[in-house]
Amino acid sequence: MNIDPNDNLVEVRNLTKWFPVQRGLLAQVFGGTRRFVHAVDDVSFEIRRGEVFGLAGESGSGKTTTGRAVVGLTPVTSGRVIFDGIDLTTLGGTGMRSLRRAMQVIFQDPMASLNPRMSLGRSIGYGLEIHNPEMDADARRAAVVEMLERVGLAPANYFYNKFPHQTSGGQRQRAAIARALVTQPELVLADEPIAMADVSVRALLLDLMNELKRDFNLTYLFITHDLATAKYICDRVGIMYLGMMAEVAELRELYTHPLHPYSQALLAAVPVPDPHQRRTQPMPEGEIPNPISPPTGCRFHPRCPIAGEVCAQEVPAFRELRPAHRVACHYAERFLPSGD
Amino acid sequence: MVTTPGGGKDTLVQIRDLSVTYHTRLGPLSAVSGVSFDIRRGEILGLVGESGCGKSTLGRALMRMVAPPAEISQGQLLFDGEDIMAYDGEKMRDFRGRRVSMIFQDPLTSLNPVQRVDEHVVEAIQVHEPQTTIRVALNRARTLIQTLGIRANRLRDYPHQLSGGMRQRVMAGLGLVLNADLIVADEATTSLDVIVEAKLLDEFKRLRDEFNLTILLITHNIALVAQIADRIAVMYAGQMAEVGDVVTVFDDPCHPYTEGLLRSVPNVKLNEREVLYKMGGEPPNLTHPPMGCRFHPRCPMAMPICSAEEPALLPVVGDVEHLVHCWLHQPQTRGAEAQA
Repeated sequence: MNIDPNDNLVEVRNLTKWFPVQRGLLAQVFGGTRRFVHAVDDVSFEIRRGEVFGLAGESGSGKTTTGRAVVGLTPVTSGRVIFDGIDLTTLGGTGMRSLRRAMQVIFQDPMASLNPRMSLGRSIGYGLEIHNPEMDADARRAAVVEMLERVGLAPANYFYNKFPHQTSGGQRQRAAIARALVTQPELVLADEPIAMADVSVRALLLDLMNELKRDFNLTYLFITHDLATAKYICDRVGIMYLGMMAEVAELRELYTHPLHPYSQALLAAVPVPDPHQRRTQPMPEGEIPNPISPPTGCRFHPRCPIAGEVCAQEVPAFRELRPAHRVACHYAERFLPSGD
Repeated sequence: MVTTPGGGKDTLVQIRDLSVTYHTRLGPLSAVSGVSFDIRRGEILGLVGESGCGKSTLGRALMRMVAPPAEISQGQLLFDGEDIMAYDGEKMRDFRGRRVSMIFQDPLTSLNPVQRVDEHVVEAIQVHEPQTTIRVALNRARTLIQTLGIRANRLRDYPHQLSGGMRQRVMAGLGLVLNADLIVADEATTSLDVIVEAKLLDEFKRLRDEFNLTILLITHNIALVAQIADRIAVMYAGQMAEVGDVVTVFDDPCHPYTEGLLRSVPNVKLNEREVLYKMGGEPPNLTHPPMGCRFHPRCPMAMPICSAEEPALLPVVGDVEHLVHCWLHQPQTRGAEAQA
C-alpha cells in the first residue's frame, strides 16, 4: 500500500496531559500549590494512513500516555487529537464508543487483555458482540475462527476452546492480536506488543504484524523502548524524552542522521549483537529527571553534552531541518550532514 | 570425572554433569540436564537462552540455592578447587555472599525496603566479618558507593528513593564490599532502560578490570553478551548447546540452535540483517523432553541419529576452546559423513 504523505489518519496537535499529584490531608485543607506530573507536554505529530508510526523513548518519556490519548483512552489536559477528521477531545461517551471499533489496542501482556475465565474464542468474539450486535452467533463464530487461522492459531477449532493459561506466551499474543483485529479497525495501537516474547518468537510476531497490516490495510501506532525492534516494522519514528517530542523523521533518515543529542545517545545505547562492533562512546550523565518539576528550557539540557546557556532558558522550537525531519534542539544544525 | 579441554586455565568454577530436577505434580522435570562447563577467573561469561531453558536455575544451582520442589539431582560443583556440594549449612552460608554474590532482575525484591543503603552494606559486612566495627564498616560503605559512581549522601536513602540503575549498582556493591570472587548477574539489566543498562554494563566491565572480578552474566539478550562478554554459553531446554569465545561463536556458530538464535536477534544498524530469521516451533515441555538431542524437532539439519541418541558436548575440530553439543560435530558422525 502506498502511503500518501498528505493523508493523515491521526493528527495530534499540542497534546498535553498532566496528572495531578495526590496531596496529603493537611495540604488539601490548607491549600498550597497543586503539583502535576507533566506526562506529555505540547506534543504534535501525525500518523499517515497505512503507515507504522513508532513512538520510542525510555520509561517515563510519555510514549504510553500519548498512545492512550490517541485512541481516546485517556482524557487530555489540552490539545487536540483528530482521528479521520473527528476531534476526539470534543466527543462524548456515545460518540467515542462508536469510534472504538475503528481503534483497537494490543498491549504488552496478553494475559491482561484476555479474560482468564473465557476461552480464546469467546474473548475474541466479545468485541463483535458489542460492536456488531446484529451479527448472529454462527456468523460471529465463523468470523472468530477465520481470524484465529489468520493469526496462525491453527487448527482454529482447537484453539477456539482453549483458555489463556493452556497456551504459550506466543500463542496468547497471537490471540490478543486476533482480538484487536476482529472488529476490522483502521488504527491499531500496539504498546510494546512483543517486549515479553522470546527472541525466536519475536521475529514471528513482527512478521505476523507486518502481514496483517498489509492484508487489512491497517495503520499502526507502535510504541516501543527498543529501537532495534522498531527498525523491522516502523516507517517513521518519533523519539520522546520526558513528555516532549525530541525528533520525528522517517526511520532510515532518523537512524542515519539523528539530529537530537538524546536520539543520538539512545541509538548508541542499543546493544549491537556483534562482538566486532562494541560501543566505545560514553553515555549521557545522570538519569531521567523527575517529571513533577521538569528542567526548564530544553528538558534534556542537564544531561546534554552540547548544552549552552540558551538551553536552560528557552524551550527549543520543533523545527523542520531536513525534509520531513523535525527536531527540538537549539543546536541541531551542528549535526546536519555537510552539504545541507 | 569428565575433563573439559582448557579447564586448567586458571579456572574459578568447574561445573560437571550438573542436573537440577523439579518434582512437579506432572512428574520430574529436568530443568538442567547434565551440564558441564567452566568459569574462568576474571572473565565475563555470558549465559544465554530463552525463557525456560534453565539458565536461571543453573545460576542458582551454582550457589546451591535451589529449594524444594527442586533439587540438584546429580553433578559436581568445584569452586576454586573445593567441592561445594560437600559444604555443610554454615560453610555454605559463609560461601554465599563472601565468595559469590548474586544480582537479580528486580533489585527491590532483594533490598530490604525499610533498611537504608548503609544499613544493607554494614549488615553484609558484619554477618561475614563479625569483628568489624560499625565505624569501619560505614567507612568501607562510603568508599564503595563512590567507586560505583553514587554520591555518598545517597547512603542514607532507602531503596525506593534510588533509581533502578542505582539499586542494581548497590546490589553489585554488596558483593564487592566482601571481595566476592564471582558475581552472578541474573537478568540484572533487564528492567532498566537502554541508556541506564549501557552504563551498568560499562560499570561491570570496569569492576572486572579493576578488581579482577569474575562475572556470570545470565541474560536472554544476546546483544549484551556480544557487547561485553569474553565467552558465551548457549543453553537450550536444560542442556548446554554451545560454549566458546564470543567472537568465534558469533562469527561461526556450530549448533543449529545458536545459528538460528543469532540470526533472529534484531540489529539496530541499518543495512545489517534487514530480515530476521524465523525459527519454527517452540521449546519443548521438559516433563517429557524429546529423545536424543532436545533440539531435534525444531532443527533444520536433523539426522536420524539426532532423535535416537544424545550427543556429547565436544570440541569442534581445530578449536579445543569451542564446544558444541550436536551430532554434526561428533567424531562418529563426522567420520560417517566423510565416508558417504
